[in-house]
Amino acid sequence: MNGVHDMGGMDGFGKVEPEANEPMFHEGWESRVLAMVRAMGAAGAFNIDTSRFYRETLPPDVYLSSSYYKKWFLGLEEMLIEKGYLTREEVAAGHAMTPGKALKHGKFDLANVDRVMVRGKFARPAPAPAKFKIGDRVRAKNIHPTTHTRLPRYVRGHVGVVELNHGCQVFPDTAAMERGEHPQWLYTVVFEGRDLWGEDGDPTLKVSIDAFEPYLDPA
Amino acid sequence: MSHDHDHHHHDHDHSELSETELRVRALETVLTEKGYVEPAALDAIIQAYETKIGPHNGARVVAKAWTDASFKKALLEDGSKAIGTLGHVSRVGDHLVVVENTPKRHNMVVCTLCSCYPWEMLGLPPVWYKASPYRSRAVKDPRGVLADFGVSVPNDIEIRVWDSTAETRFLVLPMRPAGTEGWSEEQLAELVTRDSMIGTGFPKTPGAPS
Repeated sequence: MNGVHDMGGMDGFGKVEPEANEPMFHEGWESRVLAMVRAMGAAGAFNIDTSRFYRETLPPDVYLSSSYYKKWFLGLEEMLIEKGYLTREEVAAGHAMTPGKALKHGKFDLANVDRVMVRGKFARPAPAPAKFKIGDRVRAKNIHPTTHTRLPRYVRGHVGVVELNHGCQVFPDTAAMERGEHPQWLYTVVFEGRDLWGEDGDPTLKVSIDAFEPYLDPA
Repeated sequence: MSHDHDHHHHDHDHSELSETELRVRALETVLTEKGYVEPAALDAIIQAYETKIGPHNGARVVAKAWTDASFKKALLEDGSKAIGTLGHVSRVGDHLVVVENTPKRHNMVVCTLCSCYPWEMLGLPPVWYKASPYRSRAVKDPRGVLADFGVSVPNDIEIRVWDSTAETRFLVLPMRPAGTEGWSEEQLAELVTRDSMIGTGFPKTPGAPS
């Protein structure tokens, strides 16, 4: 979706402001939100792409004015409600009113903690040979799905070169919408800065994205 | 435990913070009562993030690459596989790509769409990495972003920005500082900063105040 989350190339957000000696969490609740997201994901309530989609669908003003973990919290709460794991009444009351529904991987308890510290595996067997090889020129499609996609707006319609092939991986566009993993070939595609930003762009800049095969046409 | 951190209020006024805190507690209570999560398991996740991951992991990998040419070669060919051979830095997953800074090219990593970051190598990302100014500008005006960090890269050097739009994670292998000949891996690792592995900074130089 063409949301405010897709902010590559936007102006007006001001300077980057690094914080000296930044703590891992600024508030205690932030760590609880992180842990709940990781736990419920590991328990099978949602996949990583779905959780990203729920953050992207926050209203733009809410997205831009909420801190990072606040967005995580709002996305988590809405996702769990919509998927039937809890109700708005329960959230408002702060207590369960009915027993929980079954989780794909069961209750998240201490025995599962080590599992969340290992990165997920996204590689899948290839359903078909790769269409592109290293060095091929490709054009990022001019597509504007209203659902989840990982093709940022700033490259759409532009021509780049395939630099790396990462194998076949879970396709976020369908996985996020719970329409299956539909594995796709994944490539690093590199663009010239001036192709993206015009003649005033930095002539020494190259930008790459990781693009799934359905995002690309031969050029 | 986790509620003992110092409170910084940033952009939020106190009433909003209190409301958020109450809502987060309410959600955790509901999840617990529904039988989805065990609070002690949430404590353990937080403890694991606080103790097991952090830029020290990435720094060890960089320092080893600076001292061991065959490891460096393997690292650049397949980051996940090479790091997997180091017993003490594991769990990096299958999709880590290490990109090398050279006298001709400076690499920077961003996630314009969300906050993708090599947690296992660098820990949880800093706020600035996840915030709008960095995400919006890194792909268009990376030299301006570097200036915000007080860093500049000569104008004849290519800047390569890696936008982490899939599950691949990128780690920058910075150039080894001059004046470190004969240093041990442990000494070198002390020079490797988090930002030097994101590409928004350089390693510390020998003798400079830390």
